[in-house]
Amino acid sequence: MTTSPPHHATSAPTGHGQRAGHPAIEFVGVRKDYLSHGESVPAVKSLDLAIGQGEFFSLLGPSGCGKTTTMRMIAGFEEPTEGKVYLDGQDVTDVAPNKRDVNMVFQSYALFPHLNVLQNVSFGLERKKVSKAEIRRRVGEILEIVSLTGMEKRQPKEMSGGQQQRVALARALVNHPRALLLDEPLGALDLKLRQQMQVELKRIQREVNITFVYVTHDQGEALTMSDRIAVMNGGNIEQLGSPRAIYERPASRFVAGFIGTSNILDGQVSWVENGLGVIDLGSGERVLAPLPATVQAGRNIEVSVRPEKIDLHRTAPHAPGLSVVSGTVSEVVYHGTSTNYTVATTAGSDFVVFDQNAHDAEDVASRGERVFLTWAPQHSYPIGV
Amino acid sequence: MGRVKRTLAPYLLVLPGGLWLLMFFAVPMATMLSLSLQEGDIVNGYVFTGHWQTYIEAISDYETQLIRSLVYGVIATIILIVLAFPAAYWIAFYGGRRKSTYLFLLLLPFFVSFVLRTISWRLILTDDGFLLHPLKQAGLLPENFHILGTSAAVIGGLVYNFLPFMVLPIYVALERIDPRVVEAARDLYASPVTAFRKVILPLALPGVFAGVLMTFIPVSSDYVNSEVLGSSSTTMIGQVIQSQYLSSSNYPTASALSFTLMAVLLVGVFSYAKALGTEDVMKVAAR
Repeated sequence: MTTSPPHHATSAPTGHGQRAGHPAIEFVGVRKDYLSHGESVPAVKSLDLAIGQGEFFSLLGPSGCGKTTTMRMIAGFEEPTEGKVYLDGQDVTDVAPNKRDVNMVFQSYALFPHLNVLQNVSFGLERKKVSKAEIRRRVGEILEIVSLTGMEKRQPKEMSGGQQQRVALARALVNHPRALLLDEPLGALDLKLRQQMQVELKRIQREVNITFVYVTHDQGEALTMSDRIAVMNGGNIEQLGSPRAIYERPASRFVAGFIGTSNILDGQVSWVENGLGVIDLGSGERVLAPLPATVQAGRNIEVSVRPEKIDLHRTAPHAPGLSVVSGTVSEVVYHGTSTNYTVATTAGSDFVVFDQNAHDAEDVASRGERVFLTWAPQHSYPIGV
Repeated sequence: MGRVKRTLAPYLLVLPGGLWLLMFFAVPMATMLSLSLQEGDIVNGYVFTGHWQTYIEAISDYETQLIRSLVYGVIATIILIVLAFPAAYWIAFYGGRRKSTYLFLLLLPFFVSFVLRTISWRLILTDDGFLLHPLKQAGLLPENFHILGTSAAVIGGLVYNFLPFMVLPIYVALERIDPRVVEAARDLYASPVTAFRKVILPLALPGVFAGVLMTFIPVSSDYVNSEVLGSSSTTMIGQVIQSQYLSSSNYPTASALSFTLMAVLLVGVFSYAKALGTEDVMKVAAR
């Protein structure tokens, strides 16, 4: 059996999904101001965004970046100060939450404490006047998907955090919404359970084939689960793209720093030839990076290098095609699968290097030792070029 | 040694309160029960007879007052719920940072003594007081209209005097509701009215239940409001007991009426609890 292509693009907004010919969710020129102490403070500054049908889409950013406000505008709990929100091509900007065909999994689950699992999960369908037999069938089906069969009579407070989370998920999914909104749903779980649920959520999303909008401040979560990620900061989207694009080609210094660990070098372009630029770090060292011919010599530039792309040497390597930076090891931390080195470079900035513990049990270098860092030109990523 | 201390600790902790209850609750109750089964008068002394004649006589003599007290209690409690729920709701959900200020304002009149407050109501409601007099002058009310001395005045006073005891427990229950649970209901296709009916109200019921307990019992046995604001046609059982005890020195009748009132209230409260499904109410309340 051959693998089928993914049913949605991972790099570009589908815009014209297969279900209704419209994006599942669309923001057009949306701004949201809050009134705080008589002053209006923007939570979301300017948002134009289309989320495709069946996409697993993450809104990622630090607290206060506007991601939760964005999600709440989809649910209808917040009304945009300006602009329009569309669901399946329909303007829902002024539509009440109960009249929108989206459902939410709340951060603290927000289960109805006075109702048991069955009553919690049936709540939405009862409001929609679905027949009793149909409710029974669909609730049974969804409880099976979230592995809660047999727990129908339990009260929420008699359940573990992981189980409550599944109830919250089932309560939303049972309605077959156009989109499922998840507000940091794994935040309250411990690490092991969180990782389990990440895999599970992805499986469930494939199974039910519903658009998922996932709000999180955990970059690891966003990277592992999403088809696309919008990295938000200060009420704006800093970068929108696939996890790989965002990780490998961060559009801004903020994104480079927020997603994973980045080593940033400041330098000046010496010359550009055949798509390859030479950047002078001012310490007598040079870094090679892919640069378009349009970049002028003399321009100041920031280059991001991911820690796992870097090789660490104790002797000056003969490496003509590579970037080489020297420095002194200031910290060695053993992590099991890898050893992390912090190196104070001659160029000024601190570098973090992940060295896979693939072969030798011994550390490559110890604290205070002088080392040389090398990496291939394509792993230098010039920011904002 | 340590283990002995630890097993004894809970009993030692309950000892002071237990002794207090024994001295000032259990003993008087027993004394009263015994009194209600005695016969005689203050001059010749009372003799224990052990038969229930006093009860039968007391109940048939004061049936009207007993029933009136319960009716006043029920009416006042219903009005209290109607008044207290919106107030508590507003403070809990819209009070913002000023919640405690609003609660304090609600309690402010109650720093003045119960009797004094009731007497000032009398000044307000009196026939040529500043409420009725101008209205009569303006011809909006007939000249012979009066409130003082009527059931309305007594129930009004009762409602006023017990309002905080209904507001506070309802407020506590509402305040504990996670606003996100209400949002979840809205998200699951519930209109604001349905969200209130299906989520807020059931979660607030323990508070209403507590409020009813804290108001219905004292309201039904109150003897001040009717004394100050009422007339002979509004006499409540509390007043009867008081006068039997203090004026007529008819201790057996007073005791018998007290016990009857207590029994009626207990039956009332328990059947009310049963109707609401106490088990659940208590479970939710304990959360």
